[in-house]
Amino acid sequence: MSVNQSLGAIVRESRGRVLAALAVELNDLALAEDALQDALERALEKWPEAGLPGNPAGWLFKTARRRAIDLLRRAGNFQSKSDAVRYEVHADGIVEDEVDALDDEPLEDERLRLIFTCCHPALAEPARVALTLKTLGRLSTVEIARAFLVPEATMAQRLVRAKHKIKAAGIPYQIPPPELWPERLDSVLSVLYLIFNEGYAATAGNDIVRAELCEEAIRLGRIVSRLAPDATEAGGLLALMLLHDSRRIARTDADGNILTLAAQDRKRWDRPAIDEGMHQLSVLTIVPHEAGPYELQARISAEHATATDYDATNWESIARYYDQLYGLQPSAVVRVNGAIALSYAHGAATGLRALAPLGSDPAMARYQPYHLARADMLKRAGDRAEAMSAYERALALTTNAAERRFLLERIEVLTGNGEAITPTAGTANDR
Amino acid sequence: MQYLLLIYSDEAAEPKPGTPEMEQHMQAYFTFTEEVRESGKMLGGEALEPVATATSVQVRDGKVTTTDGPFAETREQLGGFYMVDCDNLDEAIALAARIPSARLGTVEVRPVMMFDN
Repeated sequence: MSVNQSLGAIVRESRGRVLAALAVELNDLALAEDALQDALERALEKWPEAGLPGNPAGWLFKTARRRAIDLLRRAGNFQSKSDAVRYEVHADGIVEDEVDALDDEPLEDERLRLIFTCCHPALAEPARVALTLKTLGRLSTVEIARAFLVPEATMAQRLVRAKHKIKAAGIPYQIPPPELWPERLDSVLSVLYLIFNEGYAATAGNDIVRAELCEEAIRLGRIVSRLAPDATEAGGLLALMLLHDSRRIARTDADGNILTLAAQDRKRWDRPAIDEGMHQLSVLTIVPHEAGPYELQARISAEHATATDYDATNWESIARYYDQLYGLQPSAVVRVNGAIALSYAHGAATGLRALAPLGSDPAMARYQPYHLARADMLKRAGDRAEAMSAYERALALTTNAAERRFLLERIEVLTGNGEAITPTAGTANDR
Repeated sequence: MQYLLLIYSDEAAEPKPGTPEMEQHMQAYFTFTEEVRESGKMLGGEALEPVATATSVQVRDGKVTTTDGPFAETREQLGGFYMVDCDNLDEAIALAARIPSARLGTVEVRPVMMFDN
């Protein structure tokens, strides 16, 4: 590998870590970015001749730190908010070769502090997402802009504004105090999940960019759950993302149509991802705690991941998790999916009973998954006429062409004109 | 850093003078104010007369226009403020969250602009 390639690999892997340490030390993200950029240029000049230093990340940190102090001195800015830096801006004559002498000191991992800054609720959500990807991820502004389908200039401006607010409003580079912890952790986890879903849920756009978003979210999820081991929901989210991601390749057919769990070739599921997800979940069970929404969704996903085939799915257990989840998030989505699981565990009649309370909710008139689930259960219960009208209501609410084809096929079968149905689409909890 | 904590609330939803609720509300304010003062973070703070007493002033082409009422007619109105000295936004947020009216209305946290030199 050439020095340039090595430098590229090092930057990709350790940029976030060096930047986090710098931002915390300097108490200024924009200054940290500028100084790190300078340090990277220095490295490009120096490393090809002198060879790679023993600890490249440490070298970059120290070089960038000294560069930042130079910048502060030159700007006559003695108002640095960091005590250590303020001291050195005043002090004279730092020895030039200090960097090389000290470069084997391990670099403190400050990424958790920086991620709390980037995901601070005082920033707008799109800014949190962009800033987290830009500072702690491995994507460039251009790549982030492409992933979120906005012009590069818009994304660049979003980042500049966010950094300006951090500085002007005094958003700290710190782990939040206990009274703010629940809100802040939620914010961090929801940013990671947004990044993941942006890559996972949409089928439009560049596949490579989308896969990168999933990988970045998982990578950041690993960092957070490692640095905040007491936050069980961080582990739950990591497991959830890993288990979903294990099916990323298997969930579309050659034409790009979404395949449901029943139709997926389970041999194409990513085993190492499943193993890592299952391991995360088993670690969570060591400490007694109340499972949160991410963990419960991960446990549901795990039941699918570990079933040898669709018929072997443990619906009983899935229905129990949905029940718990409904206690934390009483939404129609959770209720419909819970009813579907119940219908597979205990029969269509039980599922229909679980759906019944939603019947009086006026919001259901426009909620396609409710009608689809109900139609399917009515059909299985042998109520042809009611099933037909439920399928028709679901059809009226469906815009996706593939899904419309599937629903029309079902209706034809019920009227006796069609062939037997193959399980190509189905329940709302399939993903 | 210095922060202004602006307390907005719906005057109609505030406890009425002379009621035990009002007494409790005021007591909560006294306690909070005393705690902030003791922590050394207090730079100032006042309660304002109700919005019915507000007067708005504009100068256009050298001419003063005075009108009855607040700058903006909204359900929640500025009712008071604290000026505090905090290390960072999280400290200011933690203080804002303890202001009794935060449970009824909204506290806006604004950093005070610092000019170089």
